[in-house]
Amino acid sequence: MSTSTPISQTVERPSASVAAGGDRASAPPAKPGFMARSMVIARRELLSYFISPIAYVAMLLFLLACGFAFYQDFQPGQPAMMRHLFDWMLWFLCFIVPMLCMGSISQEWASGTIEALMTAPVTDTDVVMGKYLGSMSFVLVLFAPTLIYVILMAVMANPRLDLGPVVSGYLGMILAGSLFVAVSLFCSSLTRSQVVAAVSAFAILAVITILPWLVGAWATLGDFWRRAVNQGVYARYADFSKGVIDLAHVTFFVVGTATFLFLTVKVLESRRWK
Amino acid sequence: MISVSQLTKTYGHVTAVDRISFDVARGQIVGFLGPNGAGKSTTLKMLTCYLPPTSGTATVNGFDIFHQSHEVREHLGYLPENTPLYTEMKVSEYLDFRGRLRGMDRGSRGKRIDYVVERCWLGAVRNRVIGHLSKGYRQRVGLADALLHNPAVLILDEPTVGLDPTQIRETRKLIKDLGGDHTVLLSTHILPEVEAVCDRAVVIASGKLVAQGTPEELRTSRRMSARVLVECRGPAREVESALSRVSGVAKVDVLEPAASADRQYTTFALRPREAQDVREEVASTVIRNGWPLREIRLEHATLEEFFVQVTARQAQGKAAGVE
Repeated sequence: MSTSTPISQTVERPSASVAAGGDRASAPPAKPGFMARSMVIARRELLSYFISPIAYVAMLLFLLACGFAFYQDFQPGQPAMMRHLFDWMLWFLCFIVPMLCMGSISQEWASGTIEALMTAPVTDTDVVMGKYLGSMSFVLVLFAPTLIYVILMAVMANPRLDLGPVVSGYLGMILAGSLFVAVSLFCSSLTRSQVVAAVSAFAILAVITILPWLVGAWATLGDFWRRAVNQGVYARYADFSKGVIDLAHVTFFVVGTATFLFLTVKVLESRRWK
Repeated sequence: MISVSQLTKTYGHVTAVDRISFDVARGQIVGFLGPNGAGKSTTLKMLTCYLPPTSGTATVNGFDIFHQSHEVREHLGYLPENTPLYTEMKVSEYLDFRGRLRGMDRGSRGKRIDYVVERCWLGAVRNRVIGHLSKGYRQRVGLADALLHNPAVLILDEPTVGLDPTQIRETRKLIKDLGGDHTVLLSTHILPEVEAVCDRAVVIASGKLVAQGTPEELRTSRRMSARVLVECRGPAREVESALSRVSGVAKVDVLEPAASADRQYTTFALRPREAQDVREEVASTVIRNGWPLREIRLEHATLEEFFVQVTARQAQGKAAGVE
């Protein structure tokens, strides 16, 4: 998954373009590197999270909730694993990611900044990728403090903590986070209202995550329905937290993310069809 | 620099912009004039590649707005209506972001930010958060952003709306200074702005181009001939008929006296036929009849009057078309 790798690339472009640009700034700038403009937008997006109060509220709620979940795992006599934490985190993400991303594009529509953005030499894909990478970076920032739990667990566990399921659990979290961000961005691109964006994103996430889990947990199902329920996000995610990395699951999340990002690009383009 | 040909934009059944054509030469400042809702912003949005035209074409800086949108946007500075900005950012952060977005490298970015901050009088607020700034300062931040990459063409949508009189004067001076180096197309519905700033004006109403030319040309265009004002004492009815018999006078109106005016005197407004000077004739007619004459004056049409006339005509045409 390419979520974290491009972020480590620096945004600064090599100084070769200085010579090419010459004195007059209006001379055509050197051809930007791959995704260079997305990175500029991602950087702004990430910085704007650190200014907005909603992000801090979301962060606080997420960490509090994770703390309680971890408390269940972190008891004397319990097996040294973090499955409860991973299980709960998915439900928290269902609520928190729509909250985080609700303004990402809807705000641009509402305030008109989209016009300034799109009349700069950027493509719709640049904008959507930038928004996605920025939001995804913030989700990774959100996850970072939970690494403390891993350390605590590793220090206290006897016998040793099996790191395999922890690593695969984090991979599952990042993949699920990525899909949720893409869904939330899509909803955010559809409306000018942050509330509508958050609610509709939550509705979609509930249908693909919570609903199949509820049905699977409480109903006796025929073969067909059982298989349908197993296509839900939770069933796939649960495998990761058990330590299973199934390529089919990875593909599901990657393709899901790509699909919603593609739809978001189409929504931005759609202003031209009106 | 800007060449617009048969540009049209329709939204469903509504035609916002109807087959507009005009040109803007290099280094000119052109005012894009029209009442609210005339289609000014829509036209500018098409020129800045934010919206594609329904039909027709335009080139900016030699690049086609539809097929070479990326190149157009690279050489274009645009101040959208109402100056949308990221309010949570500081002025310097915002300009830095915009510079990066335009692919400017660190060195030229720093230099250009210093330059536009000075040019747009932003020094005092450089490190303030945009959301805390007054409307006037935000407008200047938008202008600084439009100038940042030293674009050949500047498109400004109502650059002076919401500013106080001093700021309006300063902004107009800035825009006037930018002419020559930059080609500027600015939209406005304020007439004195066009007379103060622009080399040429393009007037649209209800999506149609109704006139274009220098402010001087528009004012003295044939349909807007000057009028002669005559103030004299005498029986209004008689004076009116005597004046209308003067050769070269097309129409005589009796003007309502101003509240403070001397009630004994009446002012008549004469529309001469063609560009004929009827003052001598009129003066001798009045004096021959023994009516005391207090003033006789040739009044050039204002751009304002021209504006009211062409837009009213447009509205009438539209109403007639509907019926």
